[in-house]
Amino acid sequence: MTLAAQTPAQSSETEARPVPEGYVRLTIDDREVDAPEGELVIRTCERIGIIVPRFCDHPLLEPVAACRQCLVEAEMGGKPMPKPQPSCSLTVADGMVVRTQYTSSVADKAQQGVMELLLINHPLDCPICDKGGECPLQNQAMSGGRPDSRYVETKRTFAKPVPISTQVLLDRERCVLCARCTRFSEQIAGDPFIDMFERGAQQQVAVADGEPFQSYFSGNTIQICPVGALTSAAYRFRSRPFDLVSTPGVCEHCASGCAQRTDWRRGTVQRRLAGNDPEVNEEWNCDKGRFAFLYATAQDRLLRPLVRDADGELQPASWTEALQVAAEGLTLARHRGVGVLPGGRLTIEDAYAYAKFARVVLGTNDIDFRARAHSAEELEFLGAHVVGTGPATGDACGAGTERRAGVTYADLSAAPAVLCVAFEPEEESPIIFLRLRRAARENRTPVLHLTSWTSPAVARTEPVLGPGEQAPVRTLIPAVPGEEPAVLDALDADVESLLRASGAVVLVGERAAEVPGLYSAVARLAERTGARLAWVPRRAGERGSVEAGALPTLLPGGHPVADAAARAEVEAAWGVPVPGRVGRDTAGILAAAESGALGGLVVGGLDPGDLPDPALAERALAKVGFLVSLELRHSAVTAHADVVLPVAPVAEKAGSFLDWEGRRREFGTTITGQSVDGRPASLPDCRVLDTLAVEMDADLFTQTPAAAAADLARLGSHTGARVPGPRVPAPAPPRPGAGQAVLATWRRLLDNGSLQDGEPYLAGTARPVTALLSPATAADLGVHPGDTVTVATERGAVSVPAASADLPYGVVWLPGNSGPATVRRSLGVGHGAVVTVTGGAGTEPADPSTQGDRP
Amino acid sequence: MTSAGDDMTERSKLTPVLTRRWLSPTSWTIDTYLQFEGYSALRTALSAHPDQLIQLIKDSGLRGRGGAGFPTGMKWGFIPQGDQGAAAKPHYLVINADESEPGTCKDIPLMMADPHSLIEGSIITSYAIRAKQCFIYVRGEVLHPLRRVQNAVNEAYAAGYLGKDILGSGFDLDMVVHAGAGAYICGEETALLDSLEGRRGQPRLKPPFPATSGLYAAPTVVNNVETIATVPSIVSGGSDWFRSMGTEKSPGPKIFSISGHVERPGQYEAPLGITLRELLELAGGMSGGIPLKFWTPGGSSTPLLTAEHLDAPLDFEGMTEAGSLLGTTALMIFNETVSVPWAVLKWTEFYDHESCGKCTPCREGCFWLAKVLRRMVDGQGTPADVELMLDLCDNILGRSFCALGDGAVSPITSGIKYFRQEFLDLCTEQPGDVTVARPRQQAELAGAHR
Repeated sequence: MTLAAQTPAQSSETEARPVPEGYVRLTIDDREVDAPEGELVIRTCERIGIIVPRFCDHPLLEPVAACRQCLVEAEMGGKPMPKPQPSCSLTVADGMVVRTQYTSSVADKAQQGVMELLLINHPLDCPICDKGGECPLQNQAMSGGRPDSRYVETKRTFAKPVPISTQVLLDRERCVLCARCTRFSEQIAGDPFIDMFERGAQQQVAVADGEPFQSYFSGNTIQICPVGALTSAAYRFRSRPFDLVSTPGVCEHCASGCAQRTDWRRGTVQRRLAGNDPEVNEEWNCDKGRFAFLYATAQDRLLRPLVRDADGELQPASWTEALQVAAEGLTLARHRGVGVLPGGRLTIEDAYAYAKFARVVLGTNDIDFRARAHSAEELEFLGAHVVGTGPATGDACGAGTERRAGVTYADLSAAPAVLCVAFEPEEESPIIFLRLRRAARENRTPVLHLTSWTSPAVARTEPVLGPGEQAPVRTLIPAVPGEEPAVLDALDADVESLLRASGAVVLVGERAAEVPGLYSAVARLAERTGARLAWVPRRAGERGSVEAGALPTLLPGGHPVADAAARAEVEAAWGVPVPGRVGRDTAGILAAAESGALGGLVVGGLDPGDLPDPALAERALAKVGFLVSLELRHSAVTAHADVVLPVAPVAEKAGSFLDWEGRRREFGTTITGQSVDGRPASLPDCRVLDTLAVEMDADLFTQTPAAAAADLARLGSHTGARVPGPRVPAPAPPRPGAGQAVLATWRRLLDNGSLQDGEPYLAGTARPVTALLSPATAADLGVHPGDTVTVATERGAVSVPAASADLPYGVVWLPGNSGPATVRRSLGVGHGAVVTVTGGAGTEPADPSTQGDRP
Repeated sequence: MTSAGDDMTERSKLTPVLTRRWLSPTSWTIDTYLQFEGYSALRTALSAHPDQLIQLIKDSGLRGRGGAGFPTGMKWGFIPQGDQGAAAKPHYLVINADESEPGTCKDIPLMMADPHSLIEGSIITSYAIRAKQCFIYVRGEVLHPLRRVQNAVNEAYAAGYLGKDILGSGFDLDMVVHAGAGAYICGEETALLDSLEGRRGQPRLKPPFPATSGLYAAPTVVNNVETIATVPSIVSGGSDWFRSMGTEKSPGPKIFSISGHVERPGQYEAPLGITLRELLELAGGMSGGIPLKFWTPGGSSTPLLTAEHLDAPLDFEGMTEAGSLLGTTALMIFNETVSVPWAVLKWTEFYDHESCGKCTPCREGCFWLAKVLRRMVDGQGTPADVELMLDLCDNILGRSFCALGDGAVSPITSGIKYFRQEFLDLCTEQPGDVTVARPRQQAELAGAHR
C-alpha cells in the first residue's frame, strides 16, 4: 500500500501521475507521498520511514492526542496551521505539507519540550524497572531527551506499586498518563475496571474501591504501556529484556490460535506476550494465554518413563524398558481391542500419530479425542460441516490443499450478523470475543447469543447506540437448556432475516453436544438461511484432531471410515489395511474398558473429571487390563497406568495447531527444557508413539513433528462425498419438578483447569463463583441472593453463593469447573440436566473451622 | 450592583441592555421581567421562521461573550438542518454557565439578577436551531444563582414559556438546569459536554465539532450565558439597533466586570470599544488614588496590560492589537502596591490546581511553573529561572490540548514582559551564590550524584 515517496527532484514526474482513487497527495519532509483518504499523518510518516515519537498513539486504539509527543508542523492549502499539530490525530489532506522534527525546528522544539515535561516527574528507576531496556520512554529519552534536568524541585511522588489486581501492579510515578490502558479497557476489552481518577498533576490510573482490575485481557495493558507503570506481578524483577531470548510461538490454551512471543532465559520461560498477527489476534491475547505457562514446570512434571512394578508402584524406568513393557502389554491386549483417548490438546502432528497408531498398530477405529461431553450427532456434524474447511488463503490445515472456504476472523468482522450458539465467546475463545466486540463497536454488527442469560460477553457485544436510537434486535435469544433446538427452529422473523443476509455467520460451540438435536438444528438453520457455519471448540487441539482423524468415524484427512473408497485411499498411502468398522466414541471406549470388552487403553493428556461420566472413567481406568499413559504431569490417569511415558509440553516441542478457522498455526521448539542423562527429558507424543510402534513392529513415520506433518500431507484430503449432516430430533426438554431446576453451565476461561496451575496471580483475577438464578426462580426455590445454595444430583452436590441474573424461570447456572463448582466431577451431569436446588449448604454443612481455607 | 457615575456624562457612556432590570426590586422574578416587556421577544421570534432568526443574529454581528468572540449566528448556522444524516439526530442547546475564570463575574450576577433574560434567550435560540432540549450547565459551587435559575425555569414552565406547544406555536422545549462539580476545565465546551454526559470533564478531540457531534454525539450549540441573554434584545431591537453600539467588528453592549483597586468595583454595561480610562472614571477611579500598575482585560487567561494601555479600545480587535485578548471583560485592576510575581504565582497556582491532566504540556507544565514561581517568590530564585519559565511557557503555549494551557502561561509571559525586573529583584534578595540554596532534593542528592 505504500506508494513510493518522491523527492522534490522527481516531482515533475509525479505531477503527471494522477492521484489514485481514494488517495490524497501530500508532502512530508519535502517528500511527496500518496496516502489513502482518512489516514492519520503519523501512519503515513511510518510508511515512508519517518518515525515521529509518540506515547498515547496506538494503531488499534482511537486517537486521543493527549501526550502531545508527536507534534509536527502542518500547512493546509498553502496556509500554515497556527499551532503544531499532533500527527496522531491529524488526517491527511490533499496538498497538505507536513514538517516533522527532521525538517522543522518548531516541531523539534515542541517534541523536546514535551519529552522534558514527561521526564521531569518520571522517577530515575530505570535500572530496577521491568520496562527498562524495552521502554519507549527510555528509548525516546535517550534519543531526544535532555541529558540533564533543568528543574530542582521535588518530583511528584506516589506510593508504589499499587496492585490493581493480583496480577497487575501500578506504579503511578512512572505513568505518563497516555491512557492507552484505560482506552484499551474501554474500547477493546469493554470492561473498564480502570480509569483516570483525580485531575491535573494528580491525575492517575486507578480502580474503584473493592473492584479490582478483574479483566480477562488485563495483561495487554502491561504490554502496551509505553513506560513501566503497569507491570506483571508474575514477571516483576524476573529478568531484563536484553537477557531474554524471544521465540515466536502459538498459544496452546484455546482454539483462538493467538500468535505469541515467549521470552525465556537459561531454559526457563520468563513471560509470554501477545504476538502481532492482524489476521488472527491482532496485537492482543487473553490473560490465560499470557500468564498460564507454569504448569509445564510444576513439581509433578514427569521427566522419566514409569513402569508399574509387581507391588503396584510406579517405578522410574529407562525408555527402552518402558517402551518394551508398553509394547508387550499392548500387543497382548490388542486381541481384545485397545481404545485410544488422545485428549483435546494435541498438535495436529501428535494427534495424527495417535490416529495412525490406532489404525496401523492397534488395528482399531476406537479413538476419540473428545475428552468432554460428546455425541454421535456431533460426529456427523464434524464430518459434514467442519472437517476440510479452512481459510481460503494463507496457511491451510495440515491435511492438504483440498478444502472448503471456512469462516475466518475477517469474516466475523465483515459479517452482517453473527449468532453464537452454545458458545460463550469470552470464556471459550477470547479472541473471537474481541473480534465480535470490535464488529459490534465499529460496524454495529448485531452479535446474537442463543444462551440462558445476559453474560458479560452478551452485554459487551451490544452495538453502541446513539441518543434516541433503538437496537435493531434484541441480541440475547434466551433459551432454557435443552430447548435450544426448538428456539432455533422458531426464531423471530427479524433474527431470521438478519441471518439470511449474505455473509451472516453462526458460531457453534462444543457445548452443543450436550443438547441432543442442537447440532441438527444448527445445520437446519444454516441450510434455511444460508448463514455460514463455524465450529469453535474450547481446546486448542480439537480442531486439528478432527483433521488428523482422531475420531472413530473419520480417518486422517477427513476420510470417512464408512466410505470404502476413502478408506482405500488411506490404505494406499499407508500401505497397510485400515479397519473398516466405525469405532467407539469416548463414552463407548470407557464403557467397553470398564466392562472388559476392551483389553487396554492408550491415553493422552486428559482429565477424567472433564469426561461425561467421571465416575465411569475412573472405574474404566482402574479396571482396564493394560493402560498406557502419555502425560506431562502426574494425573488421575497416571495413577492407574501400567506404563507412563513422559511427553513434552508445547514450549518444548515443535508442531502446529489448527485454530477454530482451520488455519494452521505452526510453531518451532522454544526451549529444550530439562534433560535427563544428557538427553532432553521431553519428546513430543508423535515421537513417543513412533518409537512405541517400532517396538510393536510397525512404522508410523512420525519420528518428528515435521515428518508427521509431511506424512499427513501426503495422505491428502478427502475429496469424495461428505458424510451426511446430523438429523437428530430434539427430545422433549427436561421438566424440572418441585425443588428442581434445569442446569445451565459452561467452563470459564480462568477456572480449576490444570494448565493454569502454579499461577496464583492469574487465579486471583478469576470471576467470583456463584450460582445464578432469576429472582422468581430463587424465590420459588427458597433461595436468597448472597446465601449459599446447594445444587445436587444423586451423584453429589455443589454449594456456592447464589446471585441473581436474567435467566429463564426454572434454570440455575453454575460455572463448569470453578472453585467448589466442579459440575461434572461432583454432579456427574452437565448442561441441560435436571438438578435439585436448595437454599443453604445442603446436607453437609461446612465445618466453620475450615471455612476460608482452600486446598 | 450596577453602579452609575456621578454625573450625566459618565452615565451616558453606559448602555444598560442586559443590566437594565438589575436594580429593580425582585428583579429575578417573572413578574418583574414581564413588566419590562419580558418574553415579548419570544412572541416575535416564534412568529418568525427559525432561519430568519439565525440570519438576524448573523446580521447583528453578535460575538460570543465567553471569551473567544466567535460569531454567534455563524455558530448557529453550522447546525445541520433537515432529516438526513447528522441533521436527523436531536439538536441540543447547552448554556455554558460554568463561570470560573479568575476575575470573571458577569454570568453569575446576571443569573442572580435577571435569570429570565437567559431563559428567554435560550428558548429563542432553541427555536432557531430546532432544539427541543436545552441544558444550562451552572458551575457547581454557586448554589444561590443555581437556585435562582432553577426557580426561574419553574416559573417559565408554569407560565407556559417552556414545555409543550409554547405560546400556541407548536414548539416544544424542555430545559434542565445542571450543576457542575466545580472544575474550571468544564468551561471548555467539549469538556462541559463530557461532564454533562456524566463523564470526566476533559476536553474532546476536535473534529468532530459540537455543531455536528456534540452532546450525545448530536448537533449541539454551546453558548455563554451573556451571549444568549443578549439575544432577546436583538430580536426586539433589531440588528441595526444592536450595531448602533460598539464597533464595526465588535458590535453591541457588554458587561465589564471591574474588580480590584477601584473605588466602585462592579458590573458596568457599556459598548464594546470603551477604554479602561473611561471605565475607571465610571468606577470612581483608583481606590485611594494609588496609581494603576497592571490589569487584565478579560480574566487571568488574558495577558496582563499596564497603564500604557489605558486608552486601548476594549473590543476584540483592540485588545489583540494591544497584545492581549478581550476574554470575558473581567477587568482586574491592581495598583502599585501589588507584586507582579506574587499575583502571577496566585494565578499560576490556580491553573496548576485546575489543569485537567489530559495533556502533558498543561498537566506537567503548570505543576512545574507553580513550583518554580513559588520558589522565586520565596526568594530562592535565580535569573536563570526567569528564562526557564519563559522557555517552559513556550513549550506549553500552542502545544497543549485545549486553551487552558495557553491561558495558564499568559500571566507569566506578560508579567515577565512588562515587569521582568521585579522577577530579577526577587533573586537578588538571596545571599551571594547564584547556584542558590537549592531545595531539599538537591541536598539529598548531593552525596549521591555529585
